[in-house]
Amino acid sequence: MEVVFNEKRCKGCGLCIEFCPRKIIALGTKMNDAGYHYPFIKQKEKCNGCAICAMMCPDVIIEVKGA
Amino acid sequence: MPKGYSRPQTLIDKPWHFCPGCNHGIIHRLCAEVIDEMGLQNQTIGVGSVGCGVFSYEYFNFDGIGPSHGRAPAVATGVKRVLPDRLVFTYQGDGDLAAIGTTEMVHSAVRGENITIIFVNNTLYGMTGGQMAPTTLMGQVTTTTPGGRSRNQAGYPFRVCEMLATMEGAAYIARGAVYNPAQVVKTKKAIKKAFATQMAGLGFSLVEVLSACPTNWGMNPIQALKFVEENMVPVFPLGEFKVTPIEAGV
Amino acid sequence: MGELLLMKGNEAVGEGAIIANCRYFFGYPITPQTEILEYLARRLPEVGGAYVQAESEISAINMVFGAAAAGARVMTASSSPGISLMQEGISYIASAELPAVIVNVMRGSPGLGGIHPSQADYNQSVKCGGHGDYKLIVLAPASVQELIDFTILAFELAEQYRTPVVLFSDGMMGQMMEPVLLPEINTTPVDRPWATTGMNGRSPNIIHTLYLPADDLGNHVKQLFAKYDQIAANEKRHTQFMVEDAEIIVVSYGITSRVAKAAVEMARENGIKAGLFRPVTLWPFPDKALKKAAENAQLLIDVEISMGQMRDDVRLAINDRLPVDLYNRIGLVPTPEEIYEFIKSRAREVL
Repeated sequence: MEVVFNEKRCKGCGLCIEFCPRKIIALGTKMNDAGYHYPFIKQKEKCNGCAICAMMCPDVIIEVKGA
Repeated sequence: MPKGYSRPQTLIDKPWHFCPGCNHGIIHRLCAEVIDEMGLQNQTIGVGSVGCGVFSYEYFNFDGIGPSHGRAPAVATGVKRVLPDRLVFTYQGDGDLAAIGTTEMVHSAVRGENITIIFVNNTLYGMTGGQMAPTTLMGQVTTTTPGGRSRNQAGYPFRVCEMLATMEGAAYIARGAVYNPAQVVKTKKAIKKAFATQMAGLGFSLVEVLSACPTNWGMNPIQALKFVEENMVPVFPLGEFKVTPIEAGV
Repeated sequence: MGELLLMKGNEAVGEGAIIANCRYFFGYPITPQTEILEYLARRLPEVGGAYVQAESEISAINMVFGAAAAGARVMTASSSPGISLMQEGISYIASAELPAVIVNVMRGSPGLGGIHPSQADYNQSVKCGGHGDYKLIVLAPASVQELIDFTILAFELAEQYRTPVVLFSDGMMGQMMEPVLLPEINTTPVDRPWATTGMNGRSPNIIHTLYLPADDLGNHVKQLFAKYDQIAANEKRHTQFMVEDAEIIVVSYGITSRVAKAAVEMARENGIKAGLFRPVTLWPFPDKALKKAAENAQLLIDVEISMGQMRDDVRLAINDRLPVDLYNRIGLVPTPEEIYEFIKSRAREVL
């Protein structure tokens, strides 16, 4: 199971971070070409692939694979 | 909760022009997911609007039409009368639908036109920079209500669902929101019911979706979602306002 | 060909649409065009089509937009104030390159005006009353038979060039009855690969009019005008009567051209060398043909039920080489005698 962020299209809105039930997503320090900080999963082992982050992402940049 | 998620095939894989945290993206995605699940991608004609939803035809992966401001329900009527077995829906904001397009919306419902309207209500004109709309809340500051919307100057917020639900031609009328995952799930169900209502030939359907506009509200995306829940929902209550049972079932 | 039928002008437009395989009509009641929608409200269901009475002319023209986008032959009809309401939609239809036929049974104006015959919407359609750079093919029939024939022609031109076509009628032609022959035409199914009918396996068809990058908009408008150049080269139509040796040429279209023809005949009987030039397409205006017809003339007389809206096009056609007088009536069709008297008085002064 893997959560993939399409980082170059992220606008850093933070909805995935806000609504992650396990609070394991954070904004990174790096910026994409558009100048937005994008998220990463800070504790991959805690992710159960619930896909709520993808459900709330307004830019459809999150894919939850092999859940 | 279903596990795993991948992009609906009914969305074209390209970046969107929406501002960070704009709810249009979620609502676009829900429409696409429902069309995928109903297997209607090849039979769908989407009719866009003018405003922040203007590029819907560039984002959805099905046939699309860009109409003039407010006239989407009339355009959809023309399409549907020619192609009665297709899924024909409009995607309109509150300026487009509830101001300039009020007549077309109301009379589509009066005729029981077998189309669906997805109505995105963010309480103002987003694309032109945040002017007052008919849906602006009392006291809400916009660029054209700098002192807040007042009764004397601009009257009261327009409740579209409540009005349309009184019409015999309306078969399914619901209001949803996307300010948290539970509401996203409910709104998706409402969109699915609306499309199913149309495909069953039962008449006019509309799903209003309360939507955050962080940019023009001057809030961050999280604050904007809270504003929807705390300030919009009391004025625009969520739920189904009219339901016509679909015998085939969804 | 069948037998002669007696038909009212407005009904003739409706039957012409049916013959042309138009199966969709969207309209709104307004005098003096209302019989067109009444006729089609009855006829279209008989032939498997659909009639929708819109809540306004604004909605009607946008229903036309939708039906045309969906690949249908579609028409709307109205009278002057209603056509004004349609101008925005017509601009969109032209930009989106959709085939559609718009009938204007012109009535008195400006404002509410009246329900008299009129030709005062010439500029609105010929010069294009909507926003932006576009053109409309404008046809000007002059008899009930031509109302049928030109309705059919309007659909053919709309389809061929993917452009809206305006058919001019007026409060008199719409209401008058004349014997007509209903033409039989072979309609072959038209392929419209651009129509938004549902993808059904192909990539999405998109019909829109928004071009944000300046180059895209420029290329779109240039491409539209390349098409208009082609229309101007191929589709100018006119008729003429006794112009070869004419010293005075009456220029008139539609209902007034019929009356003017009778006036020209009276002039000839009284020794005045008069002729008639009748534009059949108002855009593209038959300018070269008029220039040629006017080679031996000394005076042109523009006869219209307006304040002379066509006169600028007449002047342009002849490079302003000759005087172009105006004989007009507002609110009614002039009689042959009235036009003849004007020709006679001008002949005395000029010739």
